[in-house]
Amino acid sequence: MTPGLRVIEPGTHTTLQDSGRFGMQALGVPVSGALDPVSFRIANGLVGNPLNAGALEVYFNGPVLEVCADNVRVALAGTEGEIELTGDESATIPAWRSVLLRRGARFRVGRVSDSACCYLAVAGGFQVDPCLGSVSTFARAGLGGFHGRALQPDDHLPTNLNRAPDRGEVRLRNPPAWSRPATLRVVLGPQEAYFTPDAVKALVEETFTVSVNSDRMGMRLDGIRLSHRDSYNIVSDGIPTGAIQVPGSGQPILLLNDHQTTGGYPKIATVISADLPAAGRLRPGDEVHFASVSVADAEDACREQQEKIDAMLDALEPVSGGGMNLAALYGENLISGIVRGDE
Amino acid sequence: MPGSRVEFLPAGDTALVVQFGERVDRKLNERVLRLAESVRAADLEGVRETVPTFRSLLVHYDPLRTRFDVLCERLRGLIDSESALTVRSRRWSVPVCYESRFAPDLEEVAERTGHSTGEVISLHASVVYHVYMVGFLPGYPYLGDLPEALALPRRENPRVRVPPGSVAIATNLAAIYSLESPGGWHLIGATPVRIFDPDWSPPALFAPGDRVSFVRIDEDEFDRLSADVAAGRFRLQAEDAGS
Repeated sequence: MTPGLRVIEPGTHTTLQDSGRFGMQALGVPVSGALDPVSFRIANGLVGNPLNAGALEVYFNGPVLEVCADNVRVALAGTEGEIELTGDESATIPAWRSVLLRRGARFRVGRVSDSACCYLAVAGGFQVDPCLGSVSTFARAGLGGFHGRALQPDDHLPTNLNRAPDRGEVRLRNPPAWSRPATLRVVLGPQEAYFTPDAVKALVEETFTVSVNSDRMGMRLDGIRLSHRDSYNIVSDGIPTGAIQVPGSGQPILLLNDHQTTGGYPKIATVISADLPAAGRLRPGDEVHFASVSVADAEDACREQQEKIDAMLDALEPVSGGGMNLAALYGENLISGIVRGDE
Repeated sequence: MPGSRVEFLPAGDTALVVQFGERVDRKLNERVLRLAESVRAADLEGVRETVPTFRSLLVHYDPLRTRFDVLCERLRGLIDSESALTVRSRRWSVPVCYESRFAPDLEEVAERTGHSTGEVISLHASVVYHVYMVGFLPGYPYLGDLPEALALPRRENPRVRVPPGSVAIATNLAAIYSLESPGGWHLIGATPVRIFDPDWSPPALFAPGDRVSFVRIDEDEFDRLSADVAAGRFRLQAEDAGS
């Protein structure tokens, strides 16, 4: 059998994602891709992959996976949660570092309570053919990813490598911090003129709460209703990720990666790209604020974020203490109790 | 068409809207499609892709490679030069079966518009439609204009599941559902032809600017074509490559 990971439990909605499928929106195909592209890239960086390699997006509850290769190097990023080894020798491995797991190891991505999503990358990547230029899963159309869908029990996710490259493990020195409640910066428009001045004011002054009625297409926001000046229908136009559209009910919907490419509701504002990772991480019940910025400030923020990620990835540090080679620890039956806690 | 106002609206920091108007209008749409073609030909720095709609072009860009102000200026230049580029347009003949098992709303449409079902079918199949845009679902074409005599608002209660291939109408438009989906349009027939397949390149049969007409088929023909499509023996081909 080809090397890979066997799915013991699939988790809520675990999908393969990369940074998205571009160039097909004119034909109605959404971009998809990682909801939190910062953590996604860091996960790849930790295992030495190209930053756009397909990784598993864990959405709410994480999967239980079994290593079906000589060994795999994995890294979890985007959460304070941990990788829990569920075999005889139970142990946990914190996020934001790489770790080598040997054949037969079973592990769960556990206790992800601080984000809707996080990312598990494997060194060398998954062996999945791109669809329309991307491995991102768009489950609604059964497109991309692993058979166009979320993981199911007994799936065998093939990996490109049977053995991870021989190197030490690394970790991220200062994982990104997300403020709570989140303040997402927006550029007003393109259709803010469809709303009353009070509605525009309320958007940036009031607190909204993420509804349970949310998925990878979009997140409904509970709170004050935003009133249209007149009509709540527009002749359909294009939609970027992060657009906040407001249908007749007045309840705003923040559109995420699997959103439709076009739509007929006015969009009061658009979340800036630097804050989309924070938006993608929001869970039902989380509070969120919006702050209005100029396009120029938003473009600057994008550059700054890019530089910050580059700096983080340049500053990966070796995992110290020598006690973290789990393959060796397993062999010597030294795993228990050593891994948890401070390194 | 110099003189008519074009607006540049920000849509965050990764996209901007070039808005030619706010109506469903062939002339506006032709300008949109022409600009899309010009942008493609000009290969503007930082532009990722464009999405034509009835009356606007959404230009997706990489803010690490260009900026809103710079891009607006470039796009204005392209609009002003109104190049002689012709928009690529193909002609499609789509087989449609209007029998009742595929047309749950045909009777109601006939009743509400004061026609016989036969007249509704003839009217629907009497027009060469223009593909204004593709959106809502992958490969879903917005076709216009539907004969005025068939114009009805969308259904008050959208269906939770509309089968793929359903041929639908609402307002002054017609469409074909590319995938199973919720939907609020009136279903008056179905085509056995596949109009979206991720294994194709490009994955959608129709592109904005194409022309589409409907040809009536009976149930036997529908079933035969369905079987051929399922077996990979049949894929609809464009009739010509004219402009």
